[in-house]
Amino acid sequence: MILDLQNIYKDYQQDKLVVPVLKDVSFQVEEGEYVAIMGPSGSGKTTLMNIIGCLDRPTSGNYLLAGEDVLKCRDKEMSDLRLRSIGFVFQSFHLLARQTALDNVALPLSYAGVKKKERKERAAQALERVGLGDRMTFKPTQLSGGQKQRVAIARAMVNNPKILLADEPTGALDSKSGEQIMDLFRQLNDEGVTVVMITHDRNIASRAKRVIHIIDGMITEEGKSQANSMAVEEEEPQANGMAVEEEELQANSMAVGEVGKEAENG
Amino acid sequence: MLENIRLSLQGLWSHKMRSFLTMLGIIIGIAAIIAIVSTIKGTNEQIKENLIGAGDNTVNIQFYQGDYPYEIDYNGIPDGVPVISEETRQQLLDLKHVEGASLYTSREAYNVVYYKNTGLSGGRIYGVDRNYLDTCNYIIKKGRGFTESDYKKFRKVALLDESSAETLFQGEEPIGKTLEIQREPFIVIGVIAKSSQFEPVINTIEEYYDYSQNNNGALYVPDTTWPILYSYDEPQSAVLKLDSVDNMTVAGRSAAEILNSKINVQDDTMKYKADDLLKKAEDIQKLGQSTNMMLIWIAGISLLVGGIGVMNIMLVSVTERTQEIGLKKAIGARKGKVLGQFLTEAAVLTSLGGLVGVIVGIVLAEVISRVTGTLMAISVPAAVLAVVFSMFIGILFGLLPSYKAANLNPIEALRHE
Repeated sequence: MILDLQNIYKDYQQDKLVVPVLKDVSFQVEEGEYVAIMGPSGSGKTTLMNIIGCLDRPTSGNYLLAGEDVLKCRDKEMSDLRLRSIGFVFQSFHLLARQTALDNVALPLSYAGVKKKERKERAAQALERVGLGDRMTFKPTQLSGGQKQRVAIARAMVNNPKILLADEPTGALDSKSGEQIMDLFRQLNDEGVTVVMITHDRNIASRAKRVIHIIDGMITEEGKSQANSMAVEEEEPQANGMAVEEEELQANSMAVGEVGKEAENG
Repeated sequence: MLENIRLSLQGLWSHKMRSFLTMLGIIIGIAAIIAIVSTIKGTNEQIKENLIGAGDNTVNIQFYQGDYPYEIDYNGIPDGVPVISEETRQQLLDLKHVEGASLYTSREAYNVVYYKNTGLSGGRIYGVDRNYLDTCNYIIKKGRGFTESDYKKFRKVALLDESSAETLFQGEEPIGKTLEIQREPFIVIGVIAKSSQFEPVINTIEEYYDYSQNNNGALYVPDTTWPILYSYDEPQSAVLKLDSVDNMTVAGRSAAEILNSKINVQDDTMKYKADDLLKKAEDIQKLGQSTNMMLIWIAGISLLVGGIGVMNIMLVSVTERTQEIGLKKAIGARKGKVLGQFLTEAAVLTSLGGLVGVIVGIVLAEVISRVTGTLMAISVPAAVLAVVFSMFIGILFGLLPSYKAANLNPIEALRHE
């Protein structure tokens, strides 16, 4: 088991008010899975991602990342966990503008203490893997959005992390580049990479083999099995099911809005 | 580390104007300090040279009464001051660092030396022993020096230095001419000069007094002929040649002690004293140094201001690069890495400023020396220290911004616009 989250709670302190963001979240991800965590904005999915990504600590609960108890780690060890076990892909790429694609991809390796020559080789391999073997010396400004995201994915992959953690990876891309990025994730997953993706977009989420819905800080429904999701395109009832889901979703997000108002009034 | 330095240079290069302006404070501070130090060092060396003479490591031990050399012209021969024996001279020679020792008597030569109608109005006349020319690094420019037989046969022969030769003969060939000294005829056999020529640079009236005694010309006769001119048993002076300038004080003092142990006088202010030129030089240097220290402090304030400028720019840089820092932390850079990166950047910035400052400072000192005509000397330790110090300033003032960067919350940093 790569991810094992048990009874995760997360509260934020807002002035004197304690706002619960995650409420009793528990789920597991096995090695080689392709999971989408889906929810509307304000549902706590970003907080969840931060916790999975070892960027944040839950208020309570248990989290094992590849068997390691993340919550017992100190700051330095959290950094090392991020370095070794997690590959981040962000919505806005977060590439270093002044560095070439190759240097951008090699960055995590320098923190891992890899020798310079090996860094170049491995970064080059990673760029080949995402189909940018011919763009190694390009700077981010010379690359299209889709290409930038590929560089970012190469950077996330270069240190062979346990999971690839993507936060709205297609959010800043046009639909065509987005498609290509999704294809790339699929390809990487087929090659055995565990992918966890956070998104609010149902179409994107539907590309994953398993969808975890998070609404109002709670996991409401675990997605379909791999077999079922493969059949999505053909079966009408499935589409209906999705519609139902959407209604639920809206209802929930309204509920969130009301909670927010109440909080303001209080 | 090298990687960090390379990245820092890259970063600085991409903000050329900003980096330069930030460095300017450091550049000005360091340049000022280097210029001041170079000028001080130049002046000090000049003072030392002026007083002691370049490469002429001799120290005179004279007989003093109170604070002034004993005036034999007015006071006559003092009681209880024996002639310094050859044995005592050997004792002086045996002192550490002493390479040569010579004894001589001397008097002011005012209105006692004539060639035809030309007199030597000033300067000194010396009765010197056989070792004198060697000890004082004189070389024969013309004619010959004293020989053993000159001493033994009490020959009335004289040597002139270039200044007295010029005054008395005014271009005429002096060798073989007869001079009148204390109404005694003396034949000029040679002209001598210091082996290392040296012209003191005189800037003030005090300096003029310090150097003038050397400048009015001198005349030398064998000490065996001295009683023909003056009298027997006059108090002698000694001159020592030393291996280096720095040992002059110590050796001079020990020599004076030896000589003082032989005398037996009523007036205890009467004793042998070594000319402590080194101390004199140091005193003059010290006088200047207090002013210079103040200048250095003022330049130091400029460095402080420069350092604050660096801190300010580093804070701006941290804010600007919040996202970058967030990303680096998110992908696994430890706090220390981020801290190191920003500290390196600050240190590289100020070290570069220090380096440029040293160069500007040297150029500035060169210009000052050209304009005012004073010497300047580049102090390598000062230059190295300046660069190291500016690096230290970078680290000191980079600490706060770097610490801020290292402790950014990656989640918030990534979201920063």
